[in-house]
Amino acid sequence: MITLAHYLTLGAILFCIAVAGVFINRKNVIVLLMAIELMLLAVNTNFIAFSRWLGDPSGQVFVFFILTVAAAEAAIGLAILVVLFRNRATINVTEIDSMKG
Amino acid sequence: MADFQLWCFYAFAAITVGAALAVISVRNPVHAALCLVLTFFSTACTWLLADAEFLAIALVLVYVGAVMVLFLFVVMMLDLDLDPLREGFVRGLPFGLVVAVVMLLEMLALIGVRAMQIAPPPEAAAAAGQSNIEWLATALFTEFLLPFEVAALILTVGIVAAIPLTLRRRAGVKAQDVGRQVRTNPRDRVRVVKMAAVKPAANPESTTP
Repeated sequence: MITLAHYLTLGAILFCIAVAGVFINRKNVIVLLMAIELMLLAVNTNFIAFSRWLGDPSGQVFVFFILTVAAAEAAIGLAILVVLFRNRATINVTEIDSMKG
Repeated sequence: MADFQLWCFYAFAAITVGAALAVISVRNPVHAALCLVLTFFSTACTWLLADAEFLAIALVLVYVGAVMVLFLFVVMMLDLDLDPLREGFVRGLPFGLVVAVVMLLEMLALIGVRAMQIAPPPEAAAAAGQSNIEWLATALFTEFLLPFEVAALILTVGIVAAIPLTLRRRAGVKAQDVGRQVRTNPRDRVRVVKMAAVKPAANPESTTP
């Protein structure tokens, strides 16, 4: 029998993997964006689990909105990445310091 | 039957976690994107087990079908030099692992894994005699109608913002500009001159050098 704790644990593990990914890949913007997508996925899993266990459709509606916003975020993030690579020929975060005072 | 579902959940969750670990650790960004596809797909399978059929299919269609293809396009278009991006990987590894493990332990303590062994209640959609998509759509188009329209607006703004960001006008390219072609006025190009229809007088001495 699948319990609520199974889903919450899966969400927590996914979120922590994503946080570790942000720490160990802090130079590569593409993997950072992927880690953000993983975090959103973990949150969505929690929303779905609570919606199922509370019998409330609001959780699933929220997942729908999160998917929408995440799609827009990925599109704009990748567009910025393309412009950045065109202008600087790198996506290394440590070399993008032109706004440093 | 319920036991079979549990084993399915364990299998999908194990694939999800393994693929997520591969996303953050493989060297090649193309492989990372493909592992992220596998993560999304197996997560969609666990959502199916929680009776969220519509969102599971939407996750596969929207993420695997659109967002991850966009990621793969961008990763393959950029000519990346991977070695500088990988340095600092080993140095950040212990710190990242410590933070992640401590956070995981805190979250599990917060969840109270033993306390939350709650059996699922009867599915609310089935109890109301509806399918999952009817149940979701009823809430979406009544209570959440305004947020739904705002979400549509956000997607439109996303498209409109992404196009001028990546639009580039290069100088010196001999491409047609249809707008300028249409706006052309024939009077600017051809001038009709009225003059008398007579031959100029022949003057052979002056034309020969």
